[in-house]
Amino acid sequence: MSDTVIRVDHLGKRYRIRHQRPEPYTALRDVIADKVRGWWRGAADQPSVEDFWALKDVSFEIRRGEVVGVIGRNGAGKSTLLKILSRITEPTEGRVELDGNVASLLEVGTGFHPELSGRENVFLNGAILGMSRVEIKRKFDEIVAFAEIERFLDTPVKRYSSGMYVRLAFAVAAHLEPEILIVDEVLAVGDAQFQKKCLGKMDDVAKAGRTVLFVSHNMAAVASLCSRAVVLRGGRLELDDRPEVAIRSYLNDAGNTGRIALAGIPRKGTGLAKFTGFHIEDARGVITTSVQSGDDVRLVFDFECEPGTLGRPIDVGFGVHGTYDEVLFVLYASYIGKSLSVSSTRGRFVCNIRRFPLSPGTYSVYPRIEINAVEADFPQLPVGTIEVVDGDFFGSKQRTNARGAGPFLVDGDWNVES
Amino acid sequence: MKLIIEPGRTARNYWRDIWRYRELMYFLAWRDLAVRYKQTAIGVAWALIRPALTMVVFVVFRRFVGIEPGSVPDPILVLAAVLPWQFFSAALTDSSGSLIANTNLISKIYFPRLIVPCAAVVTTLADFLITLGMLAALMVWYRFAPGWQILLLPVFILLTFGLSVGSGVFLAALNVEYRDFRYVVPFIVQFGLFVSPVAFTTANVPERWRALYALNPMVGVIDGFRWALLGGRAPLDLRAVGLAIAVTVFFLVLGVWYFRRVERGFADVI
Repeated sequence: MSDTVIRVDHLGKRYRIRHQRPEPYTALRDVIADKVRGWWRGAADQPSVEDFWALKDVSFEIRRGEVVGVIGRNGAGKSTLLKILSRITEPTEGRVELDGNVASLLEVGTGFHPELSGRENVFLNGAILGMSRVEIKRKFDEIVAFAEIERFLDTPVKRYSSGMYVRLAFAVAAHLEPEILIVDEVLAVGDAQFQKKCLGKMDDVAKAGRTVLFVSHNMAAVASLCSRAVVLRGGRLELDDRPEVAIRSYLNDAGNTGRIALAGIPRKGTGLAKFTGFHIEDARGVITTSVQSGDDVRLVFDFECEPGTLGRPIDVGFGVHGTYDEVLFVLYASYIGKSLSVSSTRGRFVCNIRRFPLSPGTYSVYPRIEINAVEADFPQLPVGTIEVVDGDFFGSKQRTNARGAGPFLVDGDWNVES
Repeated sequence: MKLIIEPGRTARNYWRDIWRYRELMYFLAWRDLAVRYKQTAIGVAWALIRPALTMVVFVVFRRFVGIEPGSVPDPILVLAAVLPWQFFSAALTDSSGSLIANTNLISKIYFPRLIVPCAAVVTTLADFLITLGMLAALMVWYRFAPGWQILLLPVFILLTFGLSVGSGVFLAALNVEYRDFRYVVPFIVQFGLFVSPVAFTTANVPERWRALYALNPMVGVIDGFRWALLGGRAPLDLRAVGLAIAVTVFFLVLGVWYFRRVERGFADVI
């Protein structure tokens, strides 16, 4: 028996983009109108069609029991690859061999119906994912226990909190027993505790000798789960290596992405320097999308500036705003008594924050830069967000459980004195 | 089990997959039923009100245009035709829109897509069986006993089912390809009611037009229903039934063939 369970061979997928047509689908009236027009003019009046290769010449092999991460920027072809492997869409060229039954989770809770109860949805979703009724019945209690929703089994899921909904959806999926599991970003849901549980479950799946293909933007998850990672870029396979190597390559590439994203933001300032990108990194310098309260964090602002500004005194800072756009804190280099200057026209300002002090939530970042005490760039929209999840801020070996508290966590201690 | 994915090769074992996913078809049909009866406050009553009102209107209409009541009470005569017609029209409407309604499933999960429109027809079949109970009640009320012919009723139910699946699957695929096809379906349904013997019987149609008339497959189906339900007191033209079967087979083959041809692209265009 061959040990290769997934063999992808020169896989390609082409999409046809029709210009002058906003909808992806065709309307019969257009087809008829085109035909009539063509006949009238006596020549075929071809609408301009452009080919777009979402995936081109991708080949790799995966052996039994491997956990392989797929990383790449948005639009690199990750989703297309997963869709082909899950048989949702078919390739334009190339071939894939899959040895073993495949379950794919491109989304949790596909087919969940809000009007139906949790119990009913477990059966429905299980059937959609390819489980038989007998199989679902056998695992029903386990699924419910995993999701921690025993008391709400007969409540319509539209009354569930989003956390409960996601837990139930993932629980069903987690109890599939495929030989090959294809997962897309589903771990980006739920609270940190549940995410950990999900990661653990996936680890179990891999230990049981099953093969996992895992797409994620969460580099930490890829690093800890996968034994190998492939990097897709522009529809091509760029790299297939150990996860650390792949992640580094992806991050070097990802540094360029912010420029596009920030280009359209309305700005104030002279424009002598400009922010071109923003992301956050953990203490090891790995890009991440979420921060745990109490973790050390690096906020990285990419910039470009005019040659005339080299060596001039620069002050850079940012404000962090809360849910209602209220200012929570502002931190400039000058606050710390530092005056910065740059020696090249491109680079990054990095702000290290020790023990990140915000409680779970989503916060927006507004940076600003001054050159010679004159405002050079001040984007009027957030350049990015910081997703904060519960963590061990107090170093007490447990989560802070500071739910419903204010945005800040303050390092304090409690004692009784008499 | 080795699976090979290549362009133009949607699983050689397509039909085995359909069998494997038969429970999904059951669950989809069950979901639609459960949701419908949970959402509408009047629940099951809704399935009964529509055919009942249609029947009343047609009975009044028959009086109005002066069609003499025969040996069969008008309400039974009309309802015996309203039921299969509503089964067919509801199945056609639901199944032709079913793929669009289940876009999220189709773009996220693999399963033989043929299951979706079929499940929609199964859902309407369940509704139909409920309304059949209403007809039974009406027959008891009029002390009207059906004959041995009722044993053949399942055959005609099966025929309606086949016709619904065939044309439903065809329209469902067309609906994905040409999104404005959804405007055509209500027209077919509305027009079909007038050209099918629901308010009247085939006997009201001039003799020399009947062969042409029977090209509408619902003529054979409805006449068959009446014959089976009314104990043979409605005439049955076997040629019309034969033609209905032929048209059903034609639509089944055409529908499934076209569906399979375009199915592979559904996830890309939906």
